[in-house]
Amino acid sequence: MSKHKPASPKLFDSTLMGEALKEAFRKLSPRYMVRNPVMFTVEIGTAIMFVVTIMLAINPDPVQGSVAYNAVITIILFITVLFANFAEGLAEARGKAQAASLRKTRHETPATLVLPNGTRRAVSSAELKKGDMFYVTAGEMIPTDGEIIEGIASIDESAITGESAPVIREAGGDRSGVTGGTKVLSDSIKVVVTAGAGESFLDKMIQLVEGASRQKTPNEIALSILLAGFSLMFLIVTVTLEPFGRYANTPIAIASLVSLFVCLIPTTIGGLLSAIGIAGMDRALRANVISKSGKAVETAGDIDTLLLDKTGTITIGNRKATKFYAADGGDGQKFIQLCAISSLADETPEGKSILELAGQQSVQVHKADYANSTFINFTAQTRMSGVDMPNGTQIRKGSVDVIRALTGRNGHGISKEMDQVITTIATNGGTPLAVAENGKFAGVIELQDIIKTGIVERFERLRKMGVKTVMVTGDNPLTAKYIAEKAGVDDFIAEAKPEDKMEYIRKEQQLGKLVAMMGDGTNDAPALAQADVGVAMNSGTQAAKEAGNMVDLDNDPTKLIEIVEIGKQLLITRGTLTTFSIANDVAKYFAIVPALFIASIPALQKLNIMGLTSPQSAILSAVIFNAIIIPLLIPLALKGVAYKPIGASKLLARNLFVYGIGGVIVPFIGIKVIDLVLTVFGLV
Amino acid sequence: MDTFNIILLFIVTVALAIPLGKYIAKMFAGEKTLFDFLAPIENFFFRIAGIDAKREMNWKQSLKALLLINAIWFVWAMIALMTQTWHPFWNPDGIASMEPTQAFNTAVSFMTNTNLQHYSGETGASYFSQLFVMTFLQFVSAGTGIAALAALFRALSAKSTGNLGNFYSDMVKSCTRILLPISVVIAIFLMVNGTPATFQGASEVITSQGDTVHVAVGPVAPLVSIKQLGTNGGGYFGPNSTHPFENPNYLTNAVETIAIILIPIAMIFAFGYYLKKKKLARMIFAVMTAGYLALLIPTVISEKSGNGALEQFAVDQSQGSMEGKEVRFGAAASAMWGVSTTATSNGSVNAMHDSFTAISGTFLMLGMQLNAFFGGVGVGLINMFVFIIMAVFISGLMVGRTPEFLGKKIEAKEVKIAVVVALLHPLLILAGTAIASHTWASNSDPGANLGWLPNPGFHGFSEMLYEFTSSSANNGSGFEGLGDNTPFWNILCGIVMLMGRFIPIVGPIAIGGAFAAKRHIPESAGTLHTDTPTFGLVLFGTIVILGALLFFPALALGPIAEALSIF
Repeated sequence: MSKHKPASPKLFDSTLMGEALKEAFRKLSPRYMVRNPVMFTVEIGTAIMFVVTIMLAINPDPVQGSVAYNAVITIILFITVLFANFAEGLAEARGKAQAASLRKTRHETPATLVLPNGTRRAVSSAELKKGDMFYVTAGEMIPTDGEIIEGIASIDESAITGESAPVIREAGGDRSGVTGGTKVLSDSIKVVVTAGAGESFLDKMIQLVEGASRQKTPNEIALSILLAGFSLMFLIVTVTLEPFGRYANTPIAIASLVSLFVCLIPTTIGGLLSAIGIAGMDRALRANVISKSGKAVETAGDIDTLLLDKTGTITIGNRKATKFYAADGGDGQKFIQLCAISSLADETPEGKSILELAGQQSVQVHKADYANSTFINFTAQTRMSGVDMPNGTQIRKGSVDVIRALTGRNGHGISKEMDQVITTIATNGGTPLAVAENGKFAGVIELQDIIKTGIVERFERLRKMGVKTVMVTGDNPLTAKYIAEKAGVDDFIAEAKPEDKMEYIRKEQQLGKLVAMMGDGTNDAPALAQADVGVAMNSGTQAAKEAGNMVDLDNDPTKLIEIVEIGKQLLITRGTLTTFSIANDVAKYFAIVPALFIASIPALQKLNIMGLTSPQSAILSAVIFNAIIIPLLIPLALKGVAYKPIGASKLLARNLFVYGIGGVIVPFIGIKVIDLVLTVFGLV
Repeated sequence: MDTFNIILLFIVTVALAIPLGKYIAKMFAGEKTLFDFLAPIENFFFRIAGIDAKREMNWKQSLKALLLINAIWFVWAMIALMTQTWHPFWNPDGIASMEPTQAFNTAVSFMTNTNLQHYSGETGASYFSQLFVMTFLQFVSAGTGIAALAALFRALSAKSTGNLGNFYSDMVKSCTRILLPISVVIAIFLMVNGTPATFQGASEVITSQGDTVHVAVGPVAPLVSIKQLGTNGGGYFGPNSTHPFENPNYLTNAVETIAIILIPIAMIFAFGYYLKKKKLARMIFAVMTAGYLALLIPTVISEKSGNGALEQFAVDQSQGSMEGKEVRFGAAASAMWGVSTTATSNGSVNAMHDSFTAISGTFLMLGMQLNAFFGGVGVGLINMFVFIIMAVFISGLMVGRTPEFLGKKIEAKEVKIAVVVALLHPLLILAGTAIASHTWASNSDPGANLGWLPNPGFHGFSEMLYEFTSSSANNGSGFEGLGDNTPFWNILCGIVMLMGRFIPIVGPIAIGGAFAAKRHIPESAGTLHTDTPTFGLVLFGTIVILGALLFFPALALGPIAEALSIF
């Protein structure tokens, strides 16, 4: 597979940074800020400090500290707000850049509009509306997303998927969807437009990334409430300190109160929260998955059950010959030769694999040697293929029941021993392919499903995440069971009809589980809609794409695993940064509380366990630390905290240690270092 | 030796609490228990009140019943306290009626299981009031707390249908089948040891000096036993369990100490047995015990090592800090009582908290400010539930799944309620103290005009902070230096007690109701397990950072400043 995924922009790309910086200022508008209550209170704090500084410039008051000190606090608070806006701006810019690189493929292209009366007219792609029909022929670009209603064509989708091999798309089937920006390589097709300009899935995704129309996801809302609640608690702590101070004859400067408040409220997570959400969508896009809502990405992290089609996901699409069984007493080498000759003209992967296996067992046959033979192709009627050689030898190859009938007509049959072999092959998940020579049963070839490399490990990973995997297959239960065990899936649906998927999803959901599935066909649409996370393949029908809440541009069925991890990562990043933010408060209390009262209650100097130089340096250091931790954590917010499938308890212990205990210790060091720097440079 | 005694005392309590918890769980599950023979008596109560005790209630109906019955008790208490002069009998000493603000404060105080006393029992309450207001409310307010927790148990059970049982039935059974049998045992034990239980008036005694003194007696033993058992704390006499009639000797002190923490601990185990989540109950018990010990150990050390300020004046401190303590109990047992009574929202005292060392004062206040290291009967675990919701939410995110507790998703609605409840306690304490500080600081001569604080400064601040902390935590103990029987304190503390009692019950039961309506999610390998030590650590951290540290600035101005100024 030669994949060239759209190059992801560097984390701190200079153009993106510039754009983000502009956004940071634009987002200062209170109308926008109010969406983020934590940072909005910081903005109010900044405004208060600005007014206090101006008042002090006019009318100095020693209790409130110098104008310069107040001005510096004002500026740092302002920068704190900017940093938070910048983080959000950067996440947006990256998401937009990612989307734009996908959208690049859909510049305005000429299109051939087919009018209802059948006449054709040349228009620009931008003029196409939903429901219009257009015609594309070999060598042309497909102007916009649509569904084939007439014809079949091979299409180069590499612009979107990065996959170089052309794909076949045809009317009527489950592979009737085409994407704007892809190129028709052969034949011509008539397509109906499913999304007008600006309404495609990609356009919707870009809107989701952009701040203005971005809807908060349910979990984000719950976390915002929690953070707003914490902010209120700290507001109570700060406001009540004012009368406490007056009782204790220790007037507290407004700058100190505002600083204490801003330091205690969870600005770190508050400032990065929307960036984390946008980055989650962006990571999905980077995996070539278009999510129709942020909620879908979040839900993916909660998935309990995953429905996967066997073919193409768990096994490589085709079966492979794995063993030859010559009939009783038959010559082994000769049987292999028979098999090889009969497969010479067989272009199916199964046929090729027979030749390959024969070659491995040092039986070489060459097509040139049989130039005079007549090769009989497989047809749906005969369900056999084979060869008639000039010497009169007839070799036939086909399913066991067909060959049994053939040999039966000739008065032969299949011995009990061989019947036993045939049953064994089936129980082991294989498919027996019988071979007859001149109407006499010669032996069977065992065909086996080949499980994709690495898939067993991926299922193991899913199991550790707590996700149950279910294989959906048309195979009989015996074969299905064998493959399910071999691949390590937890359950399977054998001889599956489309409604079986639906049934299974409902059953799981009734138990309170969240189910994800991937599908492409129109008959998958109800199940895709029923599933909590339904991923439609981009090659699938429009109905499937409408029903699901994500579209996978790569048409890669294993993508679900990646999507689950992206969802988990999203929640983990929020959780760990919240923990970090709250844990930071311990050090901030110890920096600021003594500083508030030391002047009039010298005994409280003993609480200054960090040994900060002066009350003013202590407060400045805490506020500076509080501000710069936001940009320092931007990379983590955008990349997401790594998810490791090590079980919930271990994961909690790990993240608690790093972000909880770390969150307590880091600010002690950070604040002390900033205080030292301020002192050394004589800034305080 | 005395350190060994308090360790032994704790072990004995836990050993008693485990079977008691199992019994409570069985009782609420409707299984056969020892006290089923009381059913006819309970049915008699239901019949005269016209209550159908078998009617299942949803969370809203349960809360309505809870609030309604409490409102009725409040009106009853107000009337009784304001008409003491006319109490036809059982007022042999002719105690006067309470003035309205004091009656309001007292009625609220006993209804809310607080038992903050702005009156002194021997001179302020008739025998009738002591029995039919104080003792009665001590039973039913404790029963209310237990029944509220039982409703929460039912809401949290996996097969919950939204029915939380019948509140009246749970409340009455909590009284008749849990509180009553144990208090009878304790009351008899106290009587044997010398606690009076009589309807005769004060005895006249001529002392060896020849003076005639009136020694107040009355129906003391029944009140003392339920005051300890139901985390009530309101004493018969002003000096509470320092008084030799309430707490005659070291042995009664031990029994009374056990009674303080017995039911709060038993309720944790009841939770485990009822929901069949014993491991989860053990985790909660471990976290609560860790918190309790974190409060107890420094307090015992501080009390045993004496008061540095007095040592300067050559006052012997070898027995520990004995100012305001009873010699028959000693420093360690007093410290254990002090921490137990504050951590559990009991509020009875066997020593003057005002006289504890400043360091101990910090931990006594902290115990009430957290109010979840065992906490009050029923309500302690309900408070812990709010902390658990917040801790589960944060740690659930950390493992990459929408947070869930006992198979129920925690979403915006639950978070909102939990946050409001968690906010309330610091709001009431800090805003109350801020109003008092402001009133004091903006008065030109507060000492003469207000007269609350005989000794302003850090200690005065501690007294005000303690009063609001005690009210909001429904504790009821006091830093007795505060002149608190004024309309300002009576009304403000009354409001704080009301809010501090009912909002933290209504909120969690509403969460329980929301949980009950949700689909139960089966556990998987990705599910956060809340019964592990790691989660215990998160929970403890949440309590420390969102509970304790919120009060750090206020404590720094009060007891911490006082402590650091002494050394």
